[in-house]
Amino acid sequence: MDMKAGKKLGTRERYALMTRDLEWRTTYQPMDKVFPCMSYEGIKIHDWNDWEDPFRLTMDVYWKYQAEKEKKLYAIIDAFNQNNGHLGVTDARYINTLKLFIQSIPPLEQMAARGFTNVSRQMAGGGARIACLLQAVDEIRHFQTQIHSISNYNKYYNGLHGFVGQQSRLWYLSERKSFFDDAITAGPFEFMVAIGFAFEYVLTNLVFVPYVSGAAYNGDMAAMAFGFSAQSDEARHMTLGLECIKFMLEQDPDNVPIVQRWIDKWTWRGARVLGGIGMMMDYMLPKRIMSFKEAWEIYFEENGGALFNDLARYGIRPPKCYAQTVAEKEHISHQAWLGFYQKSQAMSAHAWLPTPEEMDWLSSKYPNTFDKYYRPRFELFREMARSGEPFDNHTLSMNCQVCQATIHYTEPDDPTTLCLRETDHQGEKYHFCSDHCREIFEYEPEKYVQAWIPTHQALQGNCFEPGVDPSAPDFDAKAALFDYWGIRDGRDNGDFEGSEDQRNFSAWRKLATQN
Amino acid sequence: MSKIFVVLQKGDESRGIVEAIVDDNTAAELEEHPALYRVTAPGRMVIRRASIEDHLGRPFDLHELQLYLVSLSGHVDESDEEFVLSWNA
Repeated sequence: MDMKAGKKLGTRERYALMTRDLEWRTTYQPMDKVFPCMSYEGIKIHDWNDWEDPFRLTMDVYWKYQAEKEKKLYAIIDAFNQNNGHLGVTDARYINTLKLFIQSIPPLEQMAARGFTNVSRQMAGGGARIACLLQAVDEIRHFQTQIHSISNYNKYYNGLHGFVGQQSRLWYLSERKSFFDDAITAGPFEFMVAIGFAFEYVLTNLVFVPYVSGAAYNGDMAAMAFGFSAQSDEARHMTLGLECIKFMLEQDPDNVPIVQRWIDKWTWRGARVLGGIGMMMDYMLPKRIMSFKEAWEIYFEENGGALFNDLARYGIRPPKCYAQTVAEKEHISHQAWLGFYQKSQAMSAHAWLPTPEEMDWLSSKYPNTFDKYYRPRFELFREMARSGEPFDNHTLSMNCQVCQATIHYTEPDDPTTLCLRETDHQGEKYHFCSDHCREIFEYEPEKYVQAWIPTHQALQGNCFEPGVDPSAPDFDAKAALFDYWGIRDGRDNGDFEGSEDQRNFSAWRKLATQN
Repeated sequence: MSKIFVVLQKGDESRGIVEAIVDDNTAAELEEHPALYRVTAPGRMVIRRASIEDHLGRPFDLHELQLYLVSLSGHVDESDEEFVLSWNA
């Protein structure tokens, strides 16, 4: 056969032929019946050909590089486990960051995969569909690699065993769960602003960069490796989120106010979720990387600021919550950790009081707030713990109807007063952590009245295993709740001081360094 | 002018990439963090295939950047020769 090899195609041509060119317009059904979710949110799209595909990734190239990432990752995980790497972390307190991580994040990755699978079916343009499809596959990969990396710790430490069921039951996990539940029950364009833009572009740097650097600083090669492997996909996700926003804003001026409202809503919801990350950075990493405040300044104020300046040409302004988040950056991590410390009896992880040296670090990083508002409380709690009566809060919390955070943050302009808002809807009273969450509720009350809030449900008697009879004379509410939550009392929960994890780690480390 | 950045995992390949970026972007600044390189530049940054090949001493496909990228900022425009990041404002 006499065949001449043609000129090798360039990235742009290859991309056009292998993705966009596979699209067709339907003939025996109208396009709006095939893509029925494209119009109800009010977003107007005139020409999907205007969609820009910055990474121009085709399926074959995608598989090639993803396979390479997986090979690198699993080689590192194997080596780490073979070498008893878990005994090399700074100290066993660090492992509690992994407990909170596995309880929250892999289930959210899976929700993200479901969301992007749905959106990749709903989008009427080929470029958007393929990018969302690739992202859905990435999210499943993150779900799997996170579980694989952390599973080795589950062989040795408490509190990591129950994440599959705990995510939808345990009181302190509902805040993050509700973020994704809210997003995947929104329309496809709102989902893209929620996850693609607010979460991936504006906030993901604050989740993964501190986590990955935190793992690297604290000797956890397994978490560092999966963090890097996942994060190498994030650059693509961030770019997709930004392209989607620009596309909507360029298609029709009527889209601007809709997109603005989503940016306001989802930046606030994301900022609330990040309280937990702040707590990890400032209190849970034995070896700190930077303070949450510093990370907020670099990644939200500087980088988010650059982004909002850029979008100003479309008539977009910074999110309404911007000033409040800047004021709260000096408070949020301290208030979150105080909340966790006093309720560690009801957690599948340990909490502890910062040491005097750690409090000095916090004073230097938070000169305006730590000594004035938070150090005295930690010193009091230390005194109480020393006298054998630690400050344990045995109540179930009241949670915000929208973000589902425990209502324990303070007024934006007064860090000594609890911030609590309420509103009446069809004869019922609903409670919120902030003006922003109340505003989100009031725009779509039919959606948020359906929220299933674990602490409220527990008080209504809906959180016991089947067959448990709360009216039985020997009924033990705490034992029944712990059973439902998957917490083994005395092993998974409580103060790190005196815990089984603390004793085991110290004994095993001695065995690893002596005969 | 708003800042552009890329963050790369530390390693031999990334070191070559970072050196190429600093060569090609006179205003670029390199920060070293644990396990990470962060390179910043005002407004615009060009990552050139030919320069990376010079530093690595081997052929390089710009898609390969995906193996080392941790984060970036700005609008992306990628061709066979260049990976460009920029802000319009």
